[in-house]
Amino acid sequence: MAMQPAEMTITQPRRARKPWTWERVYPILTLLPSIIAIAVFVYGFIVWTGVVSFTKWNTLVPDLSWNGFANYRAIFQDFRFQSDLRNLLFFTVLFVLVSMIIGLFLAVLVDQKIRLEGLFRSLFIFPMAIAFIVTGVVWQWLLNPSTGVNLILKALGLTHLPKWYVDITIVPSIPWGHIKFGLPLALLAVIIAAVWQMSGFAMALYLSGLRAIPDDLKEAAAVDGANAWTTFWRVILPQLNAVTVTVVIMLIHISMKTFDLIYAMTGPGAAFVTDMPSMDMFQTTFQGNHYAQGAAISIIMLLLLAIFIVPYLTYSLRGEKP
Amino acid sequence: MSLRRVNRAVLYLVLCVFAAGYLMPVYVALITSLKPNSEVDLARMWQLPTRIDLSSWGQAFERLSPGLATSLELAIPATIIVAIIGACNGYALSKWRFPGSRTLFQWLLFGMFIPYQSVLIPLLKVMDSIGLYNSVPGLVLVHVIYGLPIATLIFRNFYVGIPDDLLEAGRIDGNGYWGLFRSIILPLSVPAFVVIGIWEFTQVWNEFLFAATLTTPPHQPVMVALQNLSGSQIVQWNVQMAGAIMAALPTLIVYIFLGKYFVRGLLAGSVKG
Repeated sequence: MAMQPAEMTITQPRRARKPWTWERVYPILTLLPSIIAIAVFVYGFIVWTGVVSFTKWNTLVPDLSWNGFANYRAIFQDFRFQSDLRNLLFFTVLFVLVSMIIGLFLAVLVDQKIRLEGLFRSLFIFPMAIAFIVTGVVWQWLLNPSTGVNLILKALGLTHLPKWYVDITIVPSIPWGHIKFGLPLALLAVIIAAVWQMSGFAMALYLSGLRAIPDDLKEAAAVDGANAWTTFWRVILPQLNAVTVTVVIMLIHISMKTFDLIYAMTGPGAAFVTDMPSMDMFQTTFQGNHYAQGAAISIIMLLLLAIFIVPYLTYSLRGEKP
Repeated sequence: MSLRRVNRAVLYLVLCVFAAGYLMPVYVALITSLKPNSEVDLARMWQLPTRIDLSSWGQAFERLSPGLATSLELAIPATIIVAIIGACNGYALSKWRFPGSRTLFQWLLFGMFIPYQSVLIPLLKVMDSIGLYNSVPGLVLVHVIYGLPIATLIFRNFYVGIPDDLLEAGRIDGNGYWGLFRSIILPLSVPAFVVIGIWEFTQVWNEFLFAATLTTPPHQPVMVALQNLSGSQIVQWNVQMAGAIMAALPTLIVYIFLGKYFVRGLLAGSVKG
C-alpha cells in the first residue's frame, strides 16, 4: 500500500496555505539534536568503524594506513571466525525455531479463555525482564554437567548424561575450511537458556496476533465441524503470517547480537564451540588489540543484520498511513 | 461434555508444567542463595536448605552494592532524559509531518537494530577524548543516544492514535506548536511515559556491552559487577545466586507491578507490534 495522495492533502492542508511560519521550523528544530546524535553516533561511527576495518590498526597504537581487504581475508580464514559463523547459523536457526514453536503453542493455550490467564501470561514473559547476564549465571549452574538438570536426568535412570556446554562434539562434523561444519552440541545448552528467556516474547507477539482474529471467525470454523487441528492450520495460522514475520525477524535480530548470555554462561568455549561474532569482536579488539580485525568482524555483523532488518523496516513502515 | 472436561484438565496440566519449567531457575537460585556454605554441594542442588541462612546475601551485597548504586545513578537519569526527548520527537513526527519525515523516522529506527559492536571502537575513542570514559555521565549519554530510536518510536506510535481534531480544537483556542504539546498532548501522554520509563529502565539496568567496554572497576554497573562475581573462582555459588537475584530484583519488581506496560514496550519494540 503506497501513500494515498488524497489523505496527504487531508492531513496536511495547513502547509499549502501558510508559506512560512515558525510552526514549520519547530518540528525540525525539535528533532535536530536527535538527528545530529544519531547521524554521528550511529551512521558516523559505522563509517568510522568501516574505515578502521580497512587499515593496519592491529596493535595498541593506531595505524590508519591502508590495508585493503586484508583484515576481511584474515578473519574469513581464521579458525575462530569460521567457527563463529557456523555457531551463529546453528544457534539462530534452532533458537528462532524453538522459541517460535513454544511461543505459538503457549499463546494458543493462553488464548483458550482460561482462568488465571494473567498469571500464566506473566509467568511466561517474566524472563524477558531479567538481564542476559543473570540468566547466564543461573543457567551455567543448572546445566553444569555435574549438577543441576543432570541430577534429575540421573534420577530418571539416564546413564549417558549430556555434557552440555563442555561438550566439544560437533554433529555431523563435516570438514569445511579450517573447521568442522555441524551443530556443536555445547550450543544446545546456550539455546535452552536463550529459549527460556525469549520464548515469552514470541508468545506475547502471537497472543496479540490471536487476539486480533475475530472470535466469530474462530467459532465459525469450529461450528463447521472442522476439528480443532484443521481449524488451526487452515484458518488460524494463515491469519498469523504477518506476526510470524515479525517474530522471526525480531528473534533473528536478538540472536545475531547474542553476547551477554555467552559471556556469562560459557565464554567462547573449548575450540570456540560456543563462540559468537559478537564475542570474537569484543576480545579481538579490546583484549587482543587487533582493532582493524575487530572492526571488520563488526562490519560483517552489521551487514548480516541489515539483510534482515532493512527490508523489514521498509515493509513495516510502508503499510502505514501517512 | 466429559471429553470437554478432560480437554480442559489436560490444558491446565500442560500450562502448569510449562509454568513450573519457567519458574525452575528461580526456585534453584532462591533455595541455593538461602543455604549456608556447608550445604552448598553439587550433588544436593535440589534439596531445600535445612535452615535459612542469609550470609550469602550479605556477601553478595557487599560485592554488588557499588554496582547497584552506579546502575541506579545511571538508569534513572538516562530513562528520564530519553523519555522527554522521545516525547518531543514523537510529537514532531506524528503531528507535524514534513517532507521526508517518514524517511527520517526510518533512518532513526535503524539505530536500534545495529549491533553495537559496530560503533564501539569510535565510541570508546570519542568518550575518552571528551573526558567521559569511565564515568556515569558518559554512560548516561550513551544510553540516551542509543535509546532515542525506541523512545521516539513508542511516542510517535502513541501520538498517531490521538485524533488530530483535538489539536484543531486547541489551535482555535490560540495554542501554537508548544502550546498544543503542553496543553493537549502531554496530559494524554502518561501511559506512553510509563511504557518507555519501564522499558528504558529495564534496558539500561540490564545492559552489559557498553558497561563492560566503557567503565573500569570502581564505576562499573551492577551487571558487570555480577559477571565479575560469578567469574571469580573463589566465590561460592550460593553467593553467586544471591547476587543474581539481587541484580534481577529491581527490574523484576517493576515487571511484577507494571507488567502490562512492560509488555507494551516489548511489542512496540518490534515496530509493527
